[in-house]
Amino acid sequence: MNLEKVIFAFFIVLALTINFGFFIGDIDNPVHHNVYELYAALVISLIATVLKFGDRTHIGAVLLATSLVADVQLIIAAVIWGVVEHVTHTGMTPHVMAAIVSLSGGALLANITSVVLFVIETAMMRR
Amino acid sequence: MQNILFVFLRRLHVPLIVLISVYAVSILGFVLIPGMDNEGNPWRMDFFHAFYFVSYMGTTIGFGEIPYEFTGAQRLWATFSIYATVISWLYAIGYLLTIIQDPAFRNLLTESAFRRNVQRLSEPFYLICGYGDTGNFLVRALSEAGIRAVVVEIDQNRVNQLELAGYRTFVPGLCADASIPENLVKAGLQHYNCAGVVALTNEDAVNLKIAITSKLLNPGLRTIARAETHDVEKNIASFGTDHIINPFDTFAGRLALALHSPGMYLLYEWMTSVPHEPLREPVFPPNGRWILCGYGRFGKAVHERLKSEGVSTTVIEAMPDKTGTPSDGVVVGRGTEADTLHEADIQHAVGLVAGTDDDANNLSIVMTAKSLNPDLFTVLRQNSRANDVIFNAVQSDLIMQRGSIIAHKIFAIITTPLLADFLRLARRHDDDWANELISRIGGITGDEAPHAWMLTLNEEMAPAVHSMLEAGESLTVQNLTTDPHVYTEQLPLIVMLIKRDGDEAEQDILLPSPQEPLQAGDRLLLCGRYGTQASVEWLVANLNVLEYVLTGEDRPAGLIWRRWNRQHEQADET
Repeated sequence: MNLEKVIFAFFIVLALTINFGFFIGDIDNPVHHNVYELYAALVISLIATVLKFGDRTHIGAVLLATSLVADVQLIIAAVIWGVVEHVTHTGMTPHVMAAIVSLSGGALLANITSVVLFVIETAMMRR
Repeated sequence: MQNILFVFLRRLHVPLIVLISVYAVSILGFVLIPGMDNEGNPWRMDFFHAFYFVSYMGTTIGFGEIPYEFTGAQRLWATFSIYATVISWLYAIGYLLTIIQDPAFRNLLTESAFRRNVQRLSEPFYLICGYGDTGNFLVRALSEAGIRAVVVEIDQNRVNQLELAGYRTFVPGLCADASIPENLVKAGLQHYNCAGVVALTNEDAVNLKIAITSKLLNPGLRTIARAETHDVEKNIASFGTDHIINPFDTFAGRLALALHSPGMYLLYEWMTSVPHEPLREPVFPPNGRWILCGYGRFGKAVHERLKSEGVSTTVIEAMPDKTGTPSDGVVVGRGTEADTLHEADIQHAVGLVAGTDDDANNLSIVMTAKSLNPDLFTVLRQNSRANDVIFNAVQSDLIMQRGSIIAHKIFAIITTPLLADFLRLARRHDDDWANELISRIGGITGDEAPHAWMLTLNEEMAPAVHSMLEAGESLTVQNLTTDPHVYTEQLPLIVMLIKRDGDEAEQDILLPSPQEPLQAGDRLLLCGRYGTQASVEWLVANLNVLEYVLTGEDRPAGLIWRRWNRQHEQADET
């Protein structure tokens, strides 16, 4: 058992599950989408990205790319949330909620890709 | 570059994760801890404000408690967060600085800068392995001639020297072991602009490895290698290395040439000189018995040459049991003391060669010998260029610097391949012939050494001459040496050799007469004053200039003016 692999797998799967928890529910209903979950998804995603730094293999590079995609989507979602609440003071409308959730949905796809790639890599190891 | 980024990120794993975690915990704390607004209503910080607050707190900017004054619980959490974030920032920044100062990382940086510089070279360049005396001299000469070079050297001090040298062209240098093929590849061995490899390191084994590597990885490359023993010389030659230079043989050969035919020696020196060198004065070594101090590899080579030239020698050697003794006996001693020199009968010798491998001893030998016999002709071997100043101060007739002689030879091989042919042909003539030629060269070059270069009469190098020759018109050598500004004058240059691809074999015309007709495809070796090359190149490339030189008339270049002129000429005739 390799501790590095355990930690890596933990974060990559956790990023997917938390993001999924935020994503699930009616797309435009703010009640179904918890701000803490988005926050946790973003932090975990950032940590997962840092863990992928420095892997020189091809699959490592792709993993890093998918992770960066998830980061970008989640950061944009968080920024939109902050802007509507505190900058424009429009408050959380169903329209904005739908935008944020769809962004997190995109990040979810990236997370799924990451996990699939990770599973493939693990399967290829044969050790 | 990519490599560096990866190494950088890999090492920053831990500090980055610590930073993210500390931020995440601090922000979450502020969001969860209840606060109070100005009216005393319960209020909770949201993520936006928490992130804002932690950001400026963590970086110790400190704008104060916003948007409302903090409660006790919030202040408690803020106290904890301040220490946590500041410490994690310091940790991350400290880590970053350590990485940047890490010698391994710095090596990686310089190496990748070197690789980039080599990759960007857009002109042909030579890969020089070894930056000692010879390498140093060669690189300087190449850069003066505008030829690019890349240096691989194992000693960091010498690489630093290279960086500080300030050549006319930028010379990238890598501190690495040239015997490792990977390093040669880094230095551009497989670069398509790489014109050749010169192996000049101190160790024969390394030079051998460099020659093999370059022949295997880039077979078309010109390879020039230095070999100190005949064994290695044969070994290197066996796989088709283009030029092998034995410093001792070359050096001894030159010395023998200087003693035997000084005119020819001077011709060699002049023709293989590097740009902007002062012209060397001719030397006239006397005939008679010579004393040779030192019977090492160099001494042996000199002894052999002198013997074959019929010069009688007396050898002085300090450790004859180690070096062996020549058949005609040896005087044991260093030659630095008067006794030994007396024993070698210095009073009746005409010349002395101080040829040990120790510069201080050589100087001492010459100074002692001069005091015993002031008329003595002395030849001084200089091993290290660092001693230039003291060698110039001593009154010696001929100073032979090993590094410089080899560098000159390689420079000539690189810049003017025809020169080797010329010198080979010149050796068939006697010393008087050489003397006449050097007086001719001396007449045109002034104080500086002559500049020798090659001109090929083909489409690319000499389009005007080529098209005229193809059209069936005849041109002579004299036409090429005419001053393109004043057609009645001649340029200060001599055509030394014409090499022509004949029907069966190559044809060499040594010192062609001015009336010698030219043919398309001829390769010419020219020698003249600096700057004449530009004039000749202008002449052979520009049809109008060529016509001016042939006719003395400035022909109009444009179609309209040409027609106008023709009509005028016809009108004049009628």
